[in-house]
Amino acid sequence: MKLRANLIIGGALFALAILVGLLAPWLAHTDPVLDANLMNAEEPPSWTWWFGTDDQGRDIYSRVVYGARVSLTVGIVSQLINSVIGVALGLSAGYWGGWWDDVVNALTNLMLAIPSLIFALAIMAVLGPGLTSLLIALGLTNWSFTCRIARASALSLKSQGYVQAATVLGYGDVRIMITQLLPNMLGPIVVIGTLGMGSAVLSEAALSFLGLGVRPPFPSWGSMLSDARDQITTAPWLSVFPGLAIFLTVLGLNLLGDGLRDILDPQSRSRRT
Amino acid sequence: MTGAPLIEVEDLRIDLDDGSRRVAAAEGISFRIDRGETFGLVGESGCGKSITALALIGLLRPPLSIGGGVIRFEGKEIQHLSAARQRDLRGNRIAMIFQEPMTALNPVSPVGRQIAEMFVLHKGKSWREANKLAVEALASVRVPAPERRVNDYPHQLSGGMRQRVMIAIALACGPDLLIADEPTTALDVTVQAEIIELMRNLCAERGTAILMISHDLGLVANVCRRVAVMYAGRIVEERGSADIFRAPSHPYTQGLVDSLPRLGSRAALGRSRLKEIAGVVPAITSFPDGCRFNPRCARATDICRTVAPTAEWLEAGGLVRCHHHA
Repeated sequence: MKLRANLIIGGALFALAILVGLLAPWLAHTDPVLDANLMNAEEPPSWTWWFGTDDQGRDIYSRVVYGARVSLTVGIVSQLINSVIGVALGLSAGYWGGWWDDVVNALTNLMLAIPSLIFALAIMAVLGPGLTSLLIALGLTNWSFTCRIARASALSLKSQGYVQAATVLGYGDVRIMITQLLPNMLGPIVVIGTLGMGSAVLSEAALSFLGLGVRPPFPSWGSMLSDARDQITTAPWLSVFPGLAIFLTVLGLNLLGDGLRDILDPQSRSRRT
Repeated sequence: MTGAPLIEVEDLRIDLDDGSRRVAAAEGISFRIDRGETFGLVGESGCGKSITALALIGLLRPPLSIGGGVIRFEGKEIQHLSAARQRDLRGNRIAMIFQEPMTALNPVSPVGRQIAEMFVLHKGKSWREANKLAVEALASVRVPAPERRVNDYPHQLSGGMRQRVMIAIALACGPDLLIADEPTTALDVTVQAEIIELMRNLCAERGTAILMISHDLGLVANVCRRVAVMYAGRIVEERGSADIFRAPSHPYTQGLVDSLPRLGSRAALGRSRLKEIAGVVPAITSFPDGCRFNPRCARATDICRTVAPTAEWLEAGGLVRCHHHA
């Protein structure tokens, strides 16, 4: 039952990350920001310091636990914004065609031509650093792939018999898009969405590294990874653990996307029952 | 309202715009269907029967468009109605079922929901009520165990069951006209007979008129009271369905009738060849002058090659469009 394993492992990893974020105050051993003690600086992982400590003596385990909050918020919320924008534009463009399709296509090409990180940087420069601006910046800059997929799906789906049948039965355009097209393209959209969440986590890291994300000393996985860059040979645990957290979260999201796609397809659902 | 036919088509022309010029894909289409009547439209692929149906429900899309003529529903012209008003007619007053029951249902939605949506959409019912009505609708098309079947997805049903579901959806709102475009072509013969029987009974019970479109003259004549035969975008003959078999008037109709295998005939027993109509249907862009059937017609004379015949009333009732009709 490979299909199920995807869903269970992916769901478990993602749920674990969310739980860790939610329960951070109870899981953390120390305060991630305030408990700096130079006496404990750069301790390797041990029973006392599970993930080791950094150059200011802060507990890496506690910082990774708190970092989940920022990374997951950014990943989930910004990708949701992206998905909504991408699906709304792509679906309507593919279904209606005509001048609206041209406008959306031009916009999509524009977005693809500008590196999204540079565009996000520009937005951050206007809005100023902080979590909210991070969400807006990343939420507005990564919808082009979703849009492309949604448009392509809408184009191929609108010639399907059931979409034409719905037209004949008196469905309005919006109803057709929501009840006929959207559910049938959800698989690829979900998969793109989970991949996008992973890349949003990474973009957050990049922006935090540039000082535009969450303000230090508050931890996010990305900024921890950036901080650890100089000590990768002397204190590898500084980069390994936040890196592992990102890796497992992104892996979980991808497996979850795969699993979801399988249950969203009713034909594979009945194969199991 | 009484007296006016349910639907009346007068001199309808459908244009095909191929970029540089407009050609008539169908022209001079006139017929009327009364309330509760069954009317058949027969012809080969590409003769214009399906686009005529699309024109009736206002769904011609570029490059096709209505080039002239009038379509009246209950005495009122409907070809210039706004998109929203046409949408109100579709599904509610005029419903349609298609050839492919395999693809005409949304694969990700349970069939009960797809039936229920019609009540929500056109009758303003709540989902709770609509779901109850969906079970009844499914029972009325004789799907066994409807209260369980409403939760099934289309792929869990056989082709015949799916076409039953399609009929349930189409008849959900009690339409006045059901357009059936090759409703049974994709089904095997025994299922075909059941579906036709079901469709005919349900429509007779509810007083729903049927416009049946098919290439199968035998099937249409069996279901419909009157039949119109189309060839190359024109109606060539319109008769009562018994007459059309007994005494086909247009040479094309005669050809069609002669090419049907009959039980017990010499051809069916393999002792002689089935008759065929020589040649092929001309392309839309190169219809011949005069009568469009003249290159394939045994009776063709000079006038057939230059002058398009007009529709003539037959003494026996019906219309024919031929200079040398029988």
